[in-house]
Amino acid sequence: MADKLISKIPDGPLAEKWTKRKSEIHLVSPNNRRKLEVIVVGTGLGGASAAATLGELGYNVKVFCISDSPRRAHSIAAQGGINAAKNYQNDNDSVYRLFYDTIKGGDYRSREANVYRLAEVSASIIDQCVAQGVPFAREYGGYLANRSFGGVQVSRTFYARGQTGQQLLLGAYAALNRQIAAGTVKSYPRYEMLDLVLVNGHAKGIIARNLVTGQLERFGAHAVIIATGGYGNTYFLSTNAMNSNGSAAMQCYRKGAFFANPCFAQIHPTCIPVHGDQQCKLTLMSESLRNDGRIWVPKKLEDVEKLRKHEIKPSQIPEEDRDYYLERRYPAFGNLVPRDVASRAAKERCDAGYGVNETGKAVFLDFSEAIQRLGHQRVAERYGNLFDMYEKITASSPWKEPMMIYPAIHYTMGGIWVDYDLQTTIPGLYAIGEANFSDHGGNRLGASALMQGLADGYFVVPVTISDYLSNKFAEPKTDVNSKEFIEAEKAVQARIDRLFSIKGTETVDSIHKRLGNIMWEYVGMARDEAGLKKAIEEIKALKEEFYKSVNVPGSQFEFNQELEKALRLEDFFDIGVLMARDALNREESCGGHFRIESQTEDGEAKRDDKKFMYVAAWEYQGEDKEPKLHKEPLNYEFIEVKTRNYKD
Amino acid sequence: MEFNLKIWRQKNAKAKGHFETYHISGIEEDASFLEMLDILNEQLIREGSDPVAVERGCKSSGPVSFDHDCREGICGACSLYIDGRAHGPDDHVTTCQLFMRHFKDGATITVEPFRSAAFPVIKDLVVDRRAFDKILQAGGFISVRTGSAQDANVMLIPHDKAEESMDAAACVGCGACVATCKNGSAMLFVAARVSSLALLPQGRPEAKKRAEAMVAKMDELGFGNCTNTRACELECPKGITVEHIARLNREFLKAHFSN
Repeated sequence: MADKLISKIPDGPLAEKWTKRKSEIHLVSPNNRRKLEVIVVGTGLGGASAAATLGELGYNVKVFCISDSPRRAHSIAAQGGINAAKNYQNDNDSVYRLFYDTIKGGDYRSREANVYRLAEVSASIIDQCVAQGVPFAREYGGYLANRSFGGVQVSRTFYARGQTGQQLLLGAYAALNRQIAAGTVKSYPRYEMLDLVLVNGHAKGIIARNLVTGQLERFGAHAVIIATGGYGNTYFLSTNAMNSNGSAAMQCYRKGAFFANPCFAQIHPTCIPVHGDQQCKLTLMSESLRNDGRIWVPKKLEDVEKLRKHEIKPSQIPEEDRDYYLERRYPAFGNLVPRDVASRAAKERCDAGYGVNETGKAVFLDFSEAIQRLGHQRVAERYGNLFDMYEKITASSPWKEPMMIYPAIHYTMGGIWVDYDLQTTIPGLYAIGEANFSDHGGNRLGASALMQGLADGYFVVPVTISDYLSNKFAEPKTDVNSKEFIEAEKAVQARIDRLFSIKGTETVDSIHKRLGNIMWEYVGMARDEAGLKKAIEEIKALKEEFYKSVNVPGSQFEFNQELEKALRLEDFFDIGVLMARDALNREESCGGHFRIESQTEDGEAKRDDKKFMYVAAWEYQGEDKEPKLHKEPLNYEFIEVKTRNYKD
Repeated sequence: MEFNLKIWRQKNAKAKGHFETYHISGIEEDASFLEMLDILNEQLIREGSDPVAVERGCKSSGPVSFDHDCREGICGACSLYIDGRAHGPDDHVTTCQLFMRHFKDGATITVEPFRSAAFPVIKDLVVDRRAFDKILQAGGFISVRTGSAQDANVMLIPHDKAEESMDAAACVGCGACVATCKNGSAMLFVAARVSSLALLPQGRPEAKKRAEAMVAKMDELGFGNCTNTRACELECPKGITVEHIARLNREFLKAHFSN
């Protein structure tokens, strides 16, 4: 089966690979595109842009989302911005530099060719979005404004206040709406994919549940694109939306798509700390705040004590008694180190006893210096809505006292394994955006998720998919009454029936919360062998308990949110085990994956390039069987692999 | 904190709805309104599965269905009508960003779905807002093909115009304006989109056509007329003002007279 792992990276110089691949790809003529059907699952930046672009090209597209409207997909919540190698700031930015920063930021665990292509198409994304009417921030002369993000030394991030994801998604959603009106795309809101259907080994459709009526329905196509985002909600508490889930990816995995680097999860350093055990969702404060905000904890433990007892306010601690620990440890990048580095540094200070709130799990993000330097109005223009949001949630004003922040699960770099064409190991099945693994290695840089979603959806998959579809137009429409579809539907029905038959006493959420605790404790910011082994055992036991004790109220044939959650939780158990297994295998520290056994003397992550410079792609072997590990070696032909250094 | 919750229960679109009252206690001040509903649902599910409680006459209709997703005030999914106000008593927030510290301990809180002829109830507090998608499909876009855009800095947009466009573009499509309007008008929603695009040079070529098509679709879908009560702008969680309705009217009239 190892032959399945062919990355299809074109030969030749880095800068010519995409051009070369595009010139080789077989085309489908316009009159034949009409005969071809494509299913797109998910309507975030990747799914909406792919569905719109494929519709525009003349394919027949069906697009599915679990929300009441495509516009609700979680891309909408991205705040800070989108990167592009425009060099509008004349700060010596370039496609190469964006590529290099992304590879380095990802701790040398992503593919050179994919990342270069991402950087190459980045500029076109901005052009496209501006043409769609995305109101990016402008300078007074009318030109586009930029800001800086973590892990880079240039300003290449385009933004629309703190609502960049919203504006980009509304652009893609508008493009999608235009195609829905034109009749090339049919939209299925409030539908949830529950299985992938293969015919003769090719992806030919899906089984989906109509979330309003509860009916299972079969949908056929010539190809299927998965754009369902990441699996951060395995941890229960994360910055992901409540309904974000990894189920579609797991369905593909069980049908034979390899799952790559599952252990690479991003922990975002600037989230509002947990306030109590009634909480179910964590809120992100944009990384853009680190442009002007300075992160610190007190130098003296007695000040920490006083803060926790509310005897003093943070603003009363004098400058010389503050430890700006990122500026101290990483002078070259200061507060703008990559997310994994900033998160670990916060944990290090809090573990040492310097956490500034009652739980000991918070650090300060302080704007007093920026307010003095820039004035109230300019700070308000840049971050006003984020300050408001913080105040609404915490009832404390960042204008007066520093914000309190702590790391939280935010994004998953791992995902379905794809080749250069974004095709999975199942022919006819593609994965784009956060759902695939391809571009961010061990750690994603800020403002690059939006870039990847739109790159894949607008500019990559609509091109590459024609290579697969070019000889399919003569095939008849997929028959959804074939035995493959009927069997797949029966299997889904059996899953649902089983859940209703349990009739236990525990709620889905209470069990999910326990899964989250196991994940955060053992598969969180610091991992070791004993803990990971324990996590695997505990998750398996919890899954067994779930099948004995869960209570899914109501019935299938109604709007039933508890059933939706129960089905997703079944998959989160399996993702949790897969993440722990991958983390156990990867005996190195790399990006967001920190193995306690593998660190330098001063506590920095220690990579092991000799043993682990590969993509770990896991192949499903059956329920409760150990998956098989395949290794795709990462060959760095064009850049020198170094230890990441943000100190000087 | 503790509360009495008077919540609208309706099994499906065809069933008749009614209020049920629940008591809930042990709520933290910093809990959000939706977290409080999560806790209520935990309680209802446990009661429903507890034979003793059922015997005691506890008639559970199961957990309360409500739309929610990002819980950061940006996806626009949450949609409750709380104590007679869309998104509840706090200003400029969606329900997910409403916190229990805004309520009096021991209060009775009435929770209803957004009510409008164009938003039929699906279940309990969940409504069908697909009409909004249909309005946008009628013209809420700029007709640009993927890949045909010129360089982003070729067309300059003054800072203030971009900011004004962004003010309108902040609409999350929640439907609070419709639920609040005594006529069930979607004018603020339509105006936000029309205005946001009309303020940008890229949106000008189709501005008139867009206004006309979207207003026609709004009328067709059963939304009411705007009678300038300005209730919508008071309840808009994103602070979108009726100035955008004025701009929509200008675009609409221009289209009307040029026909």
